[in-house]
Amino acid sequence: MVNTKIDLCGVTIDNPVIPASGTFGFGYEFAEIYDINCLGTFSFKGTTKDARFGNPTPRIAECDMGMINAVGLQNPGVEKVISEELPKLKKCFNKPVMANVSGFSVPDYAYTVEKLDSESQIGWFEVNISCPNVHGGGMSFGTSPEAAAEVTKACRRVTDKPLFIKLSPNVTDIVSIAKACEDAGADGISMINTLLGMRIDLKTRKPIIANKMGGFSGPAIKPVALRMVYQVYDAVKIPIIGMGGISTAKDVIEMMLAGATAVEVGAANLIDPMCCKTIIEQLPIEMEKLGIKSLTEIIGGAHNG
Amino acid sequence: MKNEIFEILSQEKIAKNVYKMVLKGNTDGISGSGQFVNIKLDGFYLRRPISVCDYDAETLTLIYKTVGEGTEAMSKYPDGTKLDVLVGLGNGYDLSLSGDKPLLIGGGVGVPPLYNLCKKLVALGKKPTVILGFGSSDEVFYEKMFAALGAEVRVTTVDGSYGTKGFVTDALNGIGYTYFYTCGPEPMLKALYNATVTEGQFSFEERMGCGFGACMGCSCKTKYGNKRICKDGPVLKKEEIIW
Repeated sequence: MVNTKIDLCGVTIDNPVIPASGTFGFGYEFAEIYDINCLGTFSFKGTTKDARFGNPTPRIAECDMGMINAVGLQNPGVEKVISEELPKLKKCFNKPVMANVSGFSVPDYAYTVEKLDSESQIGWFEVNISCPNVHGGGMSFGTSPEAAAEVTKACRRVTDKPLFIKLSPNVTDIVSIAKACEDAGADGISMINTLLGMRIDLKTRKPIIANKMGGFSGPAIKPVALRMVYQVYDAVKIPIIGMGGISTAKDVIEMMLAGATAVEVGAANLIDPMCCKTIIEQLPIEMEKLGIKSLTEIIGGAHNG
Repeated sequence: MKNEIFEILSQEKIAKNVYKMVLKGNTDGISGSGQFVNIKLDGFYLRRPISVCDYDAETLTLIYKTVGEGTEAMSKYPDGTKLDVLVGLGNGYDLSLSGDKPLLIGGGVGVPPLYNLCKKLVALGKKPTVILGFGSSDEVFYEKMFAALGAEVRVTTVDGSYGTKGFVTDALNGIGYTYFYTCGPEPMLKALYNATVTEGQFSFEERMGCGFGACMGCSCKTKYGNKRICKDGPVLKKEEIIW
């Protein structure tokens, strides 16, 4: 009998599999097709202070082994998330959930985290300083160590819950940004958000995405994500939630070997809505094959020797 | 929504770049006319959303146009090919509002979802009139299929090579109708929004990520708030559309 449990900042979760924000809504679409209580947890749809429609459509473009999205943080705003979405979430999910928060100014971030902090089901915060699809905020906080630290400090002041900062790969040196977040009081690093990408329609000769560019995700980005998680693991002491192209139980193990304590699954949910359930069922089988008794023991395993 | 494996029973070209594919599998997930399915294709990352033309307990008929590499590849799949399909996506048409003489207006590959709708309306004792709009005579399909259901059918082609010359709106004259249902390219839908004299329902198309409401890739604004074409649509009522 293998052990898939891991400790995520003092909270034990049944397995390290976490659907990523923006690919899982508030859970209830997926609860229609499987019991989502099998998940370690999930990171709910990126929530901002005010309601947002997001970007014009088309917002989606297909790529080889992946996709580009430019949704632009569509969400009903933190008040409605609390009054309408979280009660629905509670009906289909009885474990602590991860609150994903975005903003357009430092006070915005702190406002939303503070509002959500009293919600008892929220077990962790994942503060997104890396959305490539919004202007005047989002990723701009994730591209300098100083700005990343400022957001981290502001959120730290308003919550005692475990605070993960979600980083962008669209930077020169992700390690320095991760360290800045750690020094500013983050309890963990969540990485990577999508890579800025583009597709062009050959017939119209225009970008497919109305916003021109968008976030590239899917299996194609897994090697980039693994490399970055590996680098950051060497530099920080706080846990890392690794993501980027994860679609199988083997991918989960590979990401944990790179240094992730838990793993998020993003784009794969959109293609195969059952994929997280499948990954969770396959994990013990893959662990047996590889002689892994407990997942905790493999975290950062690729750094040994 | 259900995730099922379907097998291709037959596939045939029925008009220029338009294919009819009949699949065998469990259709329990489908709750009504105007819904769509989302098909996984080998070698393509995103699924392909295709409207349901017709279905019974164990077969599913899809009509699609080859518009890119994915649908092009699908059109070459031999009989017996197994497909991973999400079935029963979207809200579908609300039949309860049709009145006695509903008007069904389809443009191009917007025609297929109206077929099962027409069949159901006839079964309810309604007297539907159908307008089918195409670009040219080589694109026309399903005129006889609708007529065989007992509907009065009018066909338009933009170049006048078959039926009435012009757009579907050019065929509206003289038709008395209690309500309308439509599916087709957005310029056609917008023209109908202005040209129709009753309430009605419009089925929209948009580039989708998931097809089941998770990614917010296909959102639009309506008078009743933001809606996802894949989950809250694809059918929207005239009264809620902002144009």
